[in-house]
Amino acid sequence: MKSAHGRVHKYGDNVDTDVIIPARYLNTSDPKELAEHCMEDIDKEFVSKAKEGDLIVADKNFGCGSSREHAPIAIKASGISCVIAETFARIFYRNSINIGLPIIECKEAAAGISDGDEVSVDFDTGIITNHTKGQTYQGQAFPEFMQRIIDSEGLVNYINSR
Amino acid sequence: MGMTMTQKILAAHAGLEAVAAGQLIEADLDLVLGNDITSPVAIHEMDKMKVDGVWDKDKIALVMDHFVPNKDIKSAEHTKEVREFACRHCISHYYDVGQMGIEHALLPEKGLTVAGDVVIGADSHTCTYGALGAFSTGVGSTDMGAGMATGKAWFKVPSAIKFILTGKPQKYVSGKDVILHIIGLIGVDGALYKSMEFTGDGIKHLSMDDRFTIANMAIEAGGKNGIFPVDEACVEYMKAHSDREYKVYEADDDAEYDEEYTIDLSALRPTVAFPHLPENTKTIDDAGDVKIDQVVIGSCTNGRISDLAAAAGIMEGKKVAEGIRVIVIPATQTVYLEAMEKGYLKTFVEAGAIVSTPTCGPCLGGYMGILAAGESCVSTTNRNFVGRMGHVDSKIYLASPAVAAASALTGKLTDPGKVA
Ligand code: SF4
Repeated sequence: MKSAHGRVHKYGDNVDTDVIIPARYLNTSDPKELAEHCMEDIDKEFVSKAKEGDLIVADKNFGCGSSREHAPIAIKASGISCVIAETFARIFYRNSINIGLPIIECKEAAAGISDGDEVSVDFDTGIITNHTKGQTYQGQAFPEFMQRIIDSEGLVNYINSR
Repeated sequence: MGMTMTQKILAAHAGLEAVAAGQLIEADLDLVLGNDITSPVAIHEMDKMKVDGVWDKDKIALVMDHFVPNKDIKSAEHTKEVREFACRHCISHYYDVGQMGIEHALLPEKGLTVAGDVVIGADSHTCTYGALGAFSTGVGSTDMGAGMATGKAWFKVPSAIKFILTGKPQKYVSGKDVILHIIGLIGVDGALYKSMEFTGDGIKHLSMDDRFTIANMAIEAGGKNGIFPVDEACVEYMKAHSDREYKVYEADDDAEYDEEYTIDLSALRPTVAFPHLPENTKTIDDAGDVKIDQVVIGSCTNGRISDLAAAAGIMEGKKVAEGIRVIVIPATQTVYLEAMEKGYLKTFVEAGAIVSTPTCGPCLGGYMGILAAGESCVSTTNRNFVGRMGHVDSKIYLASPAVAAASALTGKLTDPGKVA
């Protein structure tokens, strides 16, 4: 499995799907169009700041609220290579796995990483490295079943490969 | 070790004797649900799967409710896509303008879900059917697509929190106040990944509509599902609405719970969630002087007939305060008709409110009642996140229909006991 490496956009607790992609834009399901409004209600600059490969790091309950898959789709289409949080809301968690957006729970990383830090993640080991601060954190590795879905790059391919 | 009610239902649907918290299973589904926002994405995903058509045309429900009647061209295109999919695959439970209602009010009313079912829906409030003793949970569109194609879904078996409800609620205390109180107690991630299992002799004082409201908002505490035991009231409801066979599961006596809370319903007061999280709760007595601009009475949380009855009971013969916009949205066509026959709609219109066709509309900031910067709304919906109902600088106060109606009459957050 690949790894992630980039700059961090840092957010706090309870980042909900309404701020990740507001419902007023849910009249489209086009990833590019959704990405144009990603994080708009919490961070107007995100869309212009986010570069291919960047990471999002947040505290507790990231992705709470609605089941809209548009939320991880918008994040993925913004070029984000991984989301790290202390905890994720459960529907967001399974949606991310199902569409192949890597996400990792790690309390220490959420606490230690600051906005703008350069961070890399090794998905095989779950090890998160903060190059700016010279720290490493052990993220939670995926259970085997989820690893299979991620390795197939999402649920659709997983089903097709059975 | 014993199993919780949720674990028993999951074990049975996975073909296993027993399951334990944390175990990953694949379960057979009884129903797969989608709406006008999530179904198009699910259809695209299903199209990529190597399957010939849907798994079972009678076990898929497609409900056009979020932006319907369509608010703009893009949403009309979405609905058209789902309509054509439903037609192509002969989906028996496709509901469009004229038959539709808000999905989580509509499905139980149509008898499509009963006790013992496993239901997934590409909508987070799918947890509503736990009121009927079913395991139901919200998923995303890819899960919905896979569910439509295969009739199965993967789950991590949840652990549970037990809520023992005792006592009888006072007048003007409803299911909404119970669940807001609980979310205030445990927080918006208090039940993350877990089941919320309700038990106790206080349940007999809660109507089925109250239980739907409580199960509906399990997700607002991060819960995977909320579930009630099947009692007489539940059986009566199922018999009146469905001819499907139901199955009653009960938690084992030695089932393990992560936590237990006892909630004395008789001690609860009307409760309001202040901006911008459902956990920011205060009782109406501590609400202070909060001026509002708009009131919304409706949604999958509180758009059922008893909700409209509670609001109409308070507004009857009275007038909405000057300058306050009041929007009432019956959740389904059946609720609409019954509210008309009972005179509630007349009460609302005479008071100076408007009555809309069933729709999610303002609940998710879709259309019909969007808030401007600086405006405040008392709403019977379930989320008060930043920007949920319009401008990022608007505010939403979540409350019961009785509190919403009382507030409509005074123009500020008001105890229903003080105006009735
Ligand atoms: S009424 Fe609101 S919460 Fe319920 S399904 Fe519609 S948008 Fe979602």
